[in-house]
Amino acid sequence: MKSCNFLVRSLFFWGILLNSFNVSAQQTIPSDFSLGSATALIWLLLIVLLIIFFVAMVLRQKVNGIKDIYRRKTDEDVKRELHAQTHSLNSDQITQLTNYKKRNKGNATIISFILITTALTLSPGTATWAQEVNKQADSLLSETGIIITIILLLIPILFAIIFVTIKVIYAFDQSKKTQNLEDAEKLAAYLRSLPEEEINTYLKKRQAALDFRLSHKELSGLLSADDERGLLQVNKQAGLPIVALKKKALPRPHIDPELSRLILWYLGCATFWLLFGTTIGEYVGIKFVAPDADHISWLSFGRLRPVHTNAVFWGWASLGMLGLGYYIVPRVSNTKLSNMKYGWYALWLINAAVVLGTICLMTGINNGGGEYREYIWPVTLLFAIGVVLTLINFLQTIAKRTTKEIYISNWYIVASIIFAIVITVVAYLPYWQNGLGETIIQGYYMHQGVGMWFMLFTLGIVYYFLPQQLNKPIYSYSLGILAFWAQILFYTLIGTHHFVFSAIPWWLQTVAIVGSAGMAIPVIAGTTNFILTFKGAWYKIKDSYTLPFFLVGIVFYFTGSMQGTAEAFRSTNLIWHFTDFTVAHSHLTMYGIICFFLWAGMYAVIPRLTGKEAPQITIGAHFWLALIGLMFYTIPLMYGSTMKGLLWVQGKPFLEGVVLMAPYWLWRAIGGSLMWLSHLFFAYNMYKMLSRNDEMDVREIAIQKLDDSTTSAHPIV
Amino acid sequence: MELFDNHKKLFGLATLFFVGLTILVAVMPAIRNQNNNQPLPNAQELSPEAVKGKAIFIANGCVACHTQQVRDLDMDKIWGTRPSLAADYAAIHRTDVWRNTATLMGTERTGPDLTDIGNRQPSKDWNLVHLYNPRIVVKESIMPAYPWLFTIKEEPSKSDIIVNIPAKFLDGKKGKVVATKEAIYLIAYLQSLKQTKLPDGTVAPAFLYKKEENKTIQAVGSEPDGKALFTANCQSCHQANGEGLPGAFPPLKGSPVVLGDDLEKYVDIIVNGYDARAEFGVMPPVGTNMQFTEHDIAALINYERSNWGNNGKKVTPEEIKKIIDVVKLKAAE
Repeated sequence: MKSCNFLVRSLFFWGILLNSFNVSAQQTIPSDFSLGSATALIWLLLIVLLIIFFVAMVLRQKVNGIKDIYRRKTDEDVKRELHAQTHSLNSDQITQLTNYKKRNKGNATIISFILITTALTLSPGTATWAQEVNKQADSLLSETGIIITIILLLIPILFAIIFVTIKVIYAFDQSKKTQNLEDAEKLAAYLRSLPEEEINTYLKKRQAALDFRLSHKELSGLLSADDERGLLQVNKQAGLPIVALKKKALPRPHIDPELSRLILWYLGCATFWLLFGTTIGEYVGIKFVAPDADHISWLSFGRLRPVHTNAVFWGWASLGMLGLGYYIVPRVSNTKLSNMKYGWYALWLINAAVVLGTICLMTGINNGGGEYREYIWPVTLLFAIGVVLTLINFLQTIAKRTTKEIYISNWYIVASIIFAIVITVVAYLPYWQNGLGETIIQGYYMHQGVGMWFMLFTLGIVYYFLPQQLNKPIYSYSLGILAFWAQILFYTLIGTHHFVFSAIPWWLQTVAIVGSAGMAIPVIAGTTNFILTFKGAWYKIKDSYTLPFFLVGIVFYFTGSMQGTAEAFRSTNLIWHFTDFTVAHSHLTMYGIICFFLWAGMYAVIPRLTGKEAPQITIGAHFWLALIGLMFYTIPLMYGSTMKGLLWVQGKPFLEGVVLMAPYWLWRAIGGSLMWLSHLFFAYNMYKMLSRNDEMDVREIAIQKLDDSTTSAHPIV
Repeated sequence: MELFDNHKKLFGLATLFFVGLTILVAVMPAIRNQNNNQPLPNAQELSPEAVKGKAIFIANGCVACHTQQVRDLDMDKIWGTRPSLAADYAAIHRTDVWRNTATLMGTERTGPDLTDIGNRQPSKDWNLVHLYNPRIVVKESIMPAYPWLFTIKEEPSKSDIIVNIPAKFLDGKKGKVVATKEAIYLIAYLQSLKQTKLPDGTVAPAFLYKKEENKTIQAVGSEPDGKALFTANCQSCHQANGEGLPGAFPPLKGSPVVLGDDLEKYVDIIVNGYDARAEFGVMPPVGTNMQFTEHDIAALINYERSNWGNNGKKVTPEEIKKIIDVVKLKAAE
C-alpha cells in the first residue's frame, strides 16, 4: 500500500517535472506536447479504440442477457422455472401468498400489464466507421491542419458513441423490464393455481426455516459478562476516530526515574537542535532560490551552511542517539547505568559545543573548510570529552552486566563511540595535515563520521528497538555479527571516494572505490536481517505507529547505502561529483535512515518513560510530511544534477548548469519546507509526550478524591 | 564464544581492527603525501594581502560552493591548463594554532572552480562589482552578495577605491560605494590564484575521458560555437545583451571596435586585453588565458558582429590566423 502510494506520487511528480520545468533549451528540451502533434493523435485514437472496445464489451453482455430471455423455452423448462421460483420465495412473500389463498379461494383476478416496446434502430456500423477514420488519419498524419480537423471531428464522434451507448443500454433495460413483467404475470397465475396442501406442507415449513434466528445467548449463556483478568478495555466515551486506532505503548516494568529524566533531557535537547538546525537548513535552501533574501554577514550562505550541518549532526542526531543509547545499554546489560553524573556532564558538554560552535561559525571562525570539522578544536574538544565520558559510562555498565553475552546492540553502540573518538583524534591532530595530507584525512573523517558514528550507533538502536516493537527476536544474530565486522573492514576504506580524480594517489582512490563496492555486504546483511525479522509480523505495521518509521528507515538503509556505492564508481563520479547529487544522497541517508530510525526509537521509548503518548494524528502528519518532503527534496535534485553533470561533460558554459538547476532548487526548497513542517509536528508530539499537563481523567480524579476524603477526614457530600 | 562474551576482548579487537585500517588508509598515506611533495620551483608565495584575503575566503565559507582542484578529466579543462597535482598544495600548512590546514579543494562546485581564477578573471573592477552583488554582472547567479565588504561614503577621499554600482542595487542609499580593506584583500587573494606552470620538460598528467564526438565534429569542418564561447568568456562583463555595464564594462552593441574595419585592433584586444579608456575597467588577455585558436576567435567575432542589432562583415579563420601572428609578436615586444 505504502509503496503503491510512493509510486503514484513519484509518477505524478515526474509528470509535472518533465512537462513544466524543463527550461534549458540546450540540454533538456521543453515538453513539445501540442494538440496538433502526431503523438497526440495516436493517443487520442488509442483512447477512442479503448472506449469502443469497452462499449462493445458492455453491449455484448447486455445482448447475451436479452438472448437468454428470448430463448425459446419448452413447457418443461417453464414449469421447472416456476417451481424453482416458488421455492425461493421469502418469508413475507409466503405469508402474503397464504393470506391471498385464504381470501380468494378459487377467485381469479385478471392483472393487466403494460408492454413497453421501444423501436430501436441502431446504426450497425459504429466499429467500421471508426476504422475508416483510422485509415484516413494514418494516411494524412503529416498534415497538421488535417490532424486538428480529424481530432475536432473525433471529439463529437466520441460523444455520439457515448450517447448512443447510453440509449442502447436504456432500451435494453426497458425491454428486460417488460420481459420481467411478463414473467411475473406467469408466476402469479401459477401461484394462483397452486394447490392448498402444497402451501401448507412445504411452504409453511420453509417459512419456519427462513424465520429462524439465533438468540445470541448460545455461547454466553444467560449470565452477564465478567472480565476477571481485565482483558477488555472499552472506551465508551470516545467519539468517531479520525485516524485508525493503533496500539498503545505498553507500560514497562520499573525504570529508574533518574535515568528516565536523563534520557528525556537528551531527547528534548535533540529535538531543539533538530528544529534549530533544520530551520537554518530551510533558510539556506531558500537562498538557492532567493539569494538576496538578506545581506547580513552572520546569515550569509557560506556561514550558515556549516551551522546547519553541524547542528543537525552534533546537536540533533548525536544527542538523539546518545539518549536512546542511555536507555538501551543498561537495559540489555540488565543492570543500572554505572554513573548518572557522567551522563549529565556529557549532555552539558555536547550542548555547549554546539552552541559555541554555532556562534563561532556565524562570526566567521572556522577550522578551514573541511566538511563536518568546521568547529575549531577547542569547541570539538568539549564534544569529544562528552563522548569519552559516555564511553567510560557505557563500558562500566557493560562490565557490570548480569547477562553472560553482550547483546549485539551494545557491540554497535560502544564500537561507534570508540570509533568516533579515534576519528576525531585523527582529524584534529596536526601531524599529518599539511598539503594533501589534509585532503586524505578529510575524506577519511567526513565519511567515517557518517558511517561509523551515526550509522553504526543507529544500527545498534535498531537491533534493540525493532525486535522489541515486533515482539519477536532478531532474525539472525550471526548476520548482525557479519555485518558488524564487514562494516569495519569496508567502511574504513572508503573515505577518499570523495576525491576521485583529484590529486590524491590513484591507488588510494581505487581502494576507496573497491571499499564502496564491498559495502554491499554489510548493507545487504543488515537489510536482510531486519526484513526477515518482520517476517510473519508484517500485519503488526498497521497496528503500530513506530513500525512505519522503522520500515522507511530500513528501505532507505538499503537504497541510500547502495546509492552511495553506485556514486563511487569512476564512471558515475564523472557525472555526479561536485553536483547537488551529493546533497540529495546525504539527505536520503542522514534523513531517510538516521532520522527515521531515531524517530522510531523515540516514539517507542518516551511513552514508556512518561506514560504519555502523542496524538496519533500528529504522529501521522509527522511521518507523511517527512517522507513526502524527503522525496520532493531528493528526486528533483538527483534528476537536475544528473542533467547538470551531463552538461558539464559536454563542455557547455558553466552558467547553463546554474540556469538548468533553478527549478530543481525550487523543488528542493518546497520539499525542505515539508520536512521542516514535519519537525514542527514532531516537536509538538515531543511536547505532548513530555508535558506534565495531564489530561483530566475523570475516573482518576474521582479515585484521588476518595483518597483525599479518607485522609482529610472531611467527607465530600 | 569467549571472545564475544568478554567486553574487553571484543571491543579491544574491534578498536585494533579499526585503528589498524585507519593507519593504513588514512594516516600513512597522509604522512607520505605531506612529506614527499614539494611546491613547484616557480610557485609563488601568497602576498601578505592575499594571506589576509584567504582568511576572509575561509571565514565566509566560500569553499562550500567553490572548488580549487582541476581534476584529470576532459571536462575540467576549462578550469586550468593541466590537472592539479599534489605539488600544487604542498606549500599549504596549518593556518594557525586554532585552525587547520586549508587546502580548500572543496567537494561541491555550485559556483565555478577557482584554481586559475587569477588568470581567468583578473579584472579588479569586475571582481569588486561582482562581490558587491553578483547579479549586477551575472543576472542568473545565485552567489550571495557581500555588501558588508563595502562602505558608502558621501564624499570619498582620493585614496578610496570607488565601485560603480547601478542605482537599482543600492537600495535607495545615497553616496559612493567604497571598497573596504577586506574586499581589497579578498580580491588580492582571488587574483593570486593562478595555476603554476610546470618546470620545462615536465609533462603534465593527461586529461581523461576525452570527448570523442568532438574530433568527428572538427574533422567534418564545423566551426566552434561562438555563442557558447561568448557565454563562457565574455558575457560576465559585456552582458548577454551586449550592452555592457555603464561605468564598468563597455558595450559591444554598436561598438566601433566590433563593427569597424580595424580587425587587427579587435583581435589584439581579444588576445592581449585592453586598458585604453579610463571610464571602463581593464580587460584581461582573455584569448591568451583561454588559449583561443583562430577558429575560436573567428567564431567569437562573427557572433559579436551578427547579434544585438550588430551587422558587421564576417571573418574567416584564415584571416584571423595571420593577424594573430602579428598581434602576438607585438605583445612580445
